[in-house]
Amino acid sequence: MEILVCVKRVPDTSENEIRLNADGTDIERDDVVYSVNECDNYAVEEALQIAERTGGSVTVVTVGGEDDEEVLRREMAMGAKNGVLLSDAAFAGSDAAGVAAILKAFVAQGKYDLILTGVQAEAGGAQVGGMLAAMLDYPFASLVTSIEVLDGAKLKIAREVEGGDRELSEIELPCVISIQTGINEPRYVGMRGVRQVASIPIPTFGAAQLGLSTAVVGAAAAKTVRLDYFLPPQGKGAEMWKGGREELADRLLEVLKAKGGLN
Amino acid sequence: MARVFAYIVHKSGIADDTAAELAAAARLIEPAQPPVAIVAGAGPELDAVCASVAGFYGEIWKIADAALSHPNAELVRQALAKLVPRGSIVLVPHQHFGIDLAPGLAIKLNAACAADAIAVAAADARALTVVRQEFGGQFHTHVRCDLSCGAVITVRPGAFKPVPASAPGTVVDRSADVGALTAKRRYLETIVAAAGDVDITREPVLVSVGRGIQEKDNIALAEELAEALGAVVSCSRPVADAKWLDKSRQVGTSGKTVKPKVYLACGISGSFQHLAGIKGNACLIAINKNPNAPIFQAAEIGIVDDILEFLPVLAAKVTELRGVGAKGGRP
Repeated sequence: MEILVCVKRVPDTSENEIRLNADGTDIERDDVVYSVNECDNYAVEEALQIAERTGGSVTVVTVGGEDDEEVLRREMAMGAKNGVLLSDAAFAGSDAAGVAAILKAFVAQGKYDLILTGVQAEAGGAQVGGMLAAMLDYPFASLVTSIEVLDGAKLKIAREVEGGDRELSEIELPCVISIQTGINEPRYVGMRGVRQVASIPIPTFGAAQLGLSTAVVGAAAAKTVRLDYFLPPQGKGAEMWKGGREELADRLLEVLKAKGGLN
Repeated sequence: MARVFAYIVHKSGIADDTAAELAAAARLIEPAQPPVAIVAGAGPELDAVCASVAGFYGEIWKIADAALSHPNAELVRQALAKLVPRGSIVLVPHQHFGIDLAPGLAIKLNAACAADAIAVAAADARALTVVRQEFGGQFHTHVRCDLSCGAVITVRPGAFKPVPASAPGTVVDRSADVGALTAKRRYLETIVAAAGDVDITREPVLVSVGRGIQEKDNIALAEELAEALGAVVSCSRPVADAKWLDKSRQVGTSGKTVKPKVYLACGISGSFQHLAGIKGNACLIAINKNPNAPIFQAAEIGIVDDILEFLPVLAAKVTELRGVGAKGGRP
């Protein structure tokens, strides 16, 4: 099975404190450490496991700039055979539908049985996969937590629904599936692995090669625009305790006693 | 102004809470014209759903089709793409079904799309501006949707306070207008989550750990504190994803809903999916080394510290209080 996984390089919020810039147009990006979007990493692992079972290969693709090559290399070090960068100044300012249109143009030039994305990235929209599927007229399933390949160009999938319940469905190939975290245990990638794929060329496709015009991609085509970033209005919020660790633990103990926290 | 439609999620004949919340959001977008509810499904239960939401909507469009006996976003999308006039605003709950439905619907309607709206900032005939969050709730943004082709907006459950119901709207049966529905995805069954070794939904005190616990071996720090307190350890999604604790210990929309007296959130950032799983009047105490963690907005008491350092200190104090050898008061 030929599998395409759409990945994104995002600020790593697990390790850094992210701040807004002075005029609220963006986050402060100077000292930010980036990594591959967490659920995309699960998607790549899932693709590799499927390819190991069924044969075929995994291609990772991202929409972005030169800096984004690092996440493609990381995922190639995991085992993805090819990495592709979709990059053009004309892509800047694309909304989710614009990004989906760029990916659609790339998909149309190849032959993929299965397209995986992560459920969502740092913006939390969870949109691109579903949009890509609709543009391709492929079936789509979001929040997928298991995939079994059936005979006859079908998958059996589980989706995560409320309360930890799992909704099982059959879905025809080709299809687009958004992968939820926890579906597998992504393999470890060391610096050595990344070095081994460092010299593999990563082809870049721009708007012209993809046959895309500014009518469908970029800021001019975007029907949805983020106007700013701002800090959430301060509600009541927590009573923030300050002091030494011992002192705070003593205070907390008193609260636990009072609130019934000692069972 | 564009007409506002709301997709009603329902199960076993009962409309989801979001049915009334979407009506409230719709009235903020368009106060002059009552919104339209879309109730799709099959069987006699559909009428009960229509009746239960009628007080919030001016019209209720009923779509009865045997193919919709289990909600399948691909089929619902086809039905909506046929029925909804171009240029309309469609509201959908931002939960597992809405996430399946909304992005593709926006493409088929050629509409703008914004996800997980928590407030309406501005609306006129040309544009709708909503507030949403990025970076797990750390930052908010205004997002403007061009309404020239309408918009599909997913709305965060719980974000809009329902307005009181008024005179019921008219139920209009649109079933005949959707035509044949066919899908390349077929529902099989729903597997109910397995019960775990402990039932965290019944525990009065939870020591809940998140990503800040860093590695599996550190779970012991939370277990030691929980044992001293006579409490139980629960967790947020990343800990269950990593299989450091069983899925049955996970609190949140995709895990369990808990109602403890005391909830000690340790190294949990506080995503809305997690917070939505904490109900009742829990005293929420948050310990997190990131002073900007959204959990501090929801908590009663906040301590900025590394849980790996703090938890052992607290556990030692609890043990000391209990007296040497005493290991919690649980029977």
